[in-house]
Amino acid sequence: MGLIRYESQIRPPLVEGSKDYHQVTEDICRPVEAKPSRAWWIGLIVSIVFLCFGIVSVTMEVIYGTGQWNLNKTVGWGYDITNFVWWIGIGHAGTLISAILLLFRQGWRTGVNRAAEAMTIFAVICAGQFPIWHMGRVWDAFFVLPYPNTRGPLWVNFNSPLLWDVFAISTYFTVSLLFWYSGLIPDVATLRDRAKKKWRKMFYGVAAFGWTGSTKHWQRHEALSLVLAGLSTPLVLSVHTIVSFDFATSVVPGWHTTIFPPYFVAGAIFSGFAMVQTLLVVTRKVLGLEEYITIEHIDVMNKIIVLTGSIVGIAYLTELFIAWYGANEYEWYAFAQNRLNVNSPLGWSYWIMMFCNVVSPQFFWVRKLRRNLIVTFFMSVLVNVGMWFERFVIIVTSVYRDYLPSAWSTYYRPTIWEVGFYLGTFGLFFTCYFLFSKFFPVIALAEIKHILKRSGDTQKDKMDNLEKQDNDGFADEHSHDHGA
Amino acid sequence: MAIKKYVVGSFDDEAVLFPAVKKVRKAGYKIHDVFTPFPIHGLDRAMGLRDTSLHTAGFLYAITGTSTALGFISWALTYDWPLNFGGKPFFSLPAWIPITFELTVLFSAVGMVLTFCYLCQLAPFVKKDHFNLRSTDDIFLMALECTDKTNETEAVSFLQSLGAKDVKVDRKEDRWWLGRYDKEQILEKKTEEVAA
Repeated sequence: MGLIRYESQIRPPLVEGSKDYHQVTEDICRPVEAKPSRAWWIGLIVSIVFLCFGIVSVTMEVIYGTGQWNLNKTVGWGYDITNFVWWIGIGHAGTLISAILLLFRQGWRTGVNRAAEAMTIFAVICAGQFPIWHMGRVWDAFFVLPYPNTRGPLWVNFNSPLLWDVFAISTYFTVSLLFWYSGLIPDVATLRDRAKKKWRKMFYGVAAFGWTGSTKHWQRHEALSLVLAGLSTPLVLSVHTIVSFDFATSVVPGWHTTIFPPYFVAGAIFSGFAMVQTLLVVTRKVLGLEEYITIEHIDVMNKIIVLTGSIVGIAYLTELFIAWYGANEYEWYAFAQNRLNVNSPLGWSYWIMMFCNVVSPQFFWVRKLRRNLIVTFFMSVLVNVGMWFERFVIIVTSVYRDYLPSAWSTYYRPTIWEVGFYLGTFGLFFTCYFLFSKFFPVIALAEIKHILKRSGDTQKDKMDNLEKQDNDGFADEHSHDHGA
Repeated sequence: MAIKKYVVGSFDDEAVLFPAVKKVRKAGYKIHDVFTPFPIHGLDRAMGLRDTSLHTAGFLYAITGTSTALGFISWALTYDWPLNFGGKPFFSLPAWIPITFELTVLFSAVGMVLTFCYLCQLAPFVKKDHFNLRSTDDIFLMALECTDKTNETEAVSFLQSLGAKDVKVDRKEDRWWLGRYDKEQILEKKTEEVAA
């Protein structure tokens, strides 16, 4: 009977502490059912303060215009689009963990996927703020939608990457939300069934949609998850490719390069995993979930960081080489004078980017450093800083000095309202994350139970007997049974 | 709305549940449903459930998305109001691929989730009767339907012989109803409990 799935003892267990199903439920639901701690309240209030500052900053921009952000010819995009791409990039790791790792059948994703998907949704909400508020005449924002209107009807420019972005980001947000929520329904049902207080029963009762755990429903749920994963995978690749097209389809030197789609996607996964690490290193400690988000999980994610960081490094060097080797002297000038030259006004940002993104992740080749939580935390922050500088370098250093020297801008400096808007999105992100961690389980409960009898440490010990069996006996007993 | 009688057996190990399901089917009992806290691979086949048609639905929604996107964009940009964008031809299919792809994915995802909720009869405020609140925690429940021909005591002892830990006869509401979780919505008093 093929229910006991064999997994090698060489692979470390994904759930430690000799858990059974009830213990798993208790551990993961405990932070949700406990009263909020003081640390949680402080975190939430600080986040809300930042959020309020962000709202004030955005109000200033809406009333007085995008000049409040020092934006003018030729630096028409500054912090706004840098931050937009930064947040969207961060969101991609969540989808990758849920969707792509499901397709690759990686059991370790179950410890981290719920929190990562929530991170994606909050990051996309934050990212979406920038294209909306940077419009200037925000009250006309609905113009981007192709609806029948009295202006012709005037349709939108379907050939423009800026419009592709509208569709891509909306789709990405909707699909991520649906994927996250449909996975959450069974876990919320567990909370509903455990709830003692009236408001909890009502809240989780409504949120669980009446889920019972019927086998037919699970069958459909599995089918849904698989197809959503299959849809989300090309979605991740396409969304950040479309974002890269905002630059690649232009003629600005430093922007007009075909390497951008894979460069951006790899960079997105890189920064996204770094943000997941930042969140999870703290979450696992504070909520007491170290036996579910093990050092193994942290190790594996750091391996992905070093992999994608190296891809990003290769992309930087390729871009640099082609700029030199290619016939376009303006492209080479953008690199030689605006970026590589440390004496130019913004050259320093290029070198910070190079250090943070190319040099620093290489430390993760060392196993001991990968498994060290403090190193992981600081490295993840460093990676995100580096990725922010990457977008800043791409946008501002290309555009502040392009073809015509008489059109060159003065040194671009952010204003308090720009920085305030960015801090406001941090406030929004962390407010959402604190609320999420209080009201919903940060680990996918049903999925952990699904892998417990294969990857939990108690089961690993039993694998000894299986490993002593001869090949035919093993194949006979543990062949994949489809329940005929 | 229909209250029906069920013989309900609780199992605490899926390795015991799986062969039990097969033996119950062989003995001729009709399984109303098996409730588990997580999906068990192969259980739907063991119960004889047919494959879900959700995949087909998803594919159909995706095709709808593709055709909507391509149809609308080509109509708007080649027939309704063609515009000269940088000298490109009016029918510029490569430029429309991103939006077409996004709408394909969007229609498929939204359509599938709504279909999933419709087929499983899931929605906010929907209430269903639960046999045991621990079926979302750590026990596996098998519910057999009691028809006129079922001998309940025999069914109970049969389930116990298969390894069920706690078997009882229960009256439960078959369908869903709307309401809030905290309001008691019992339609009939449930009193029968057959001891082993």
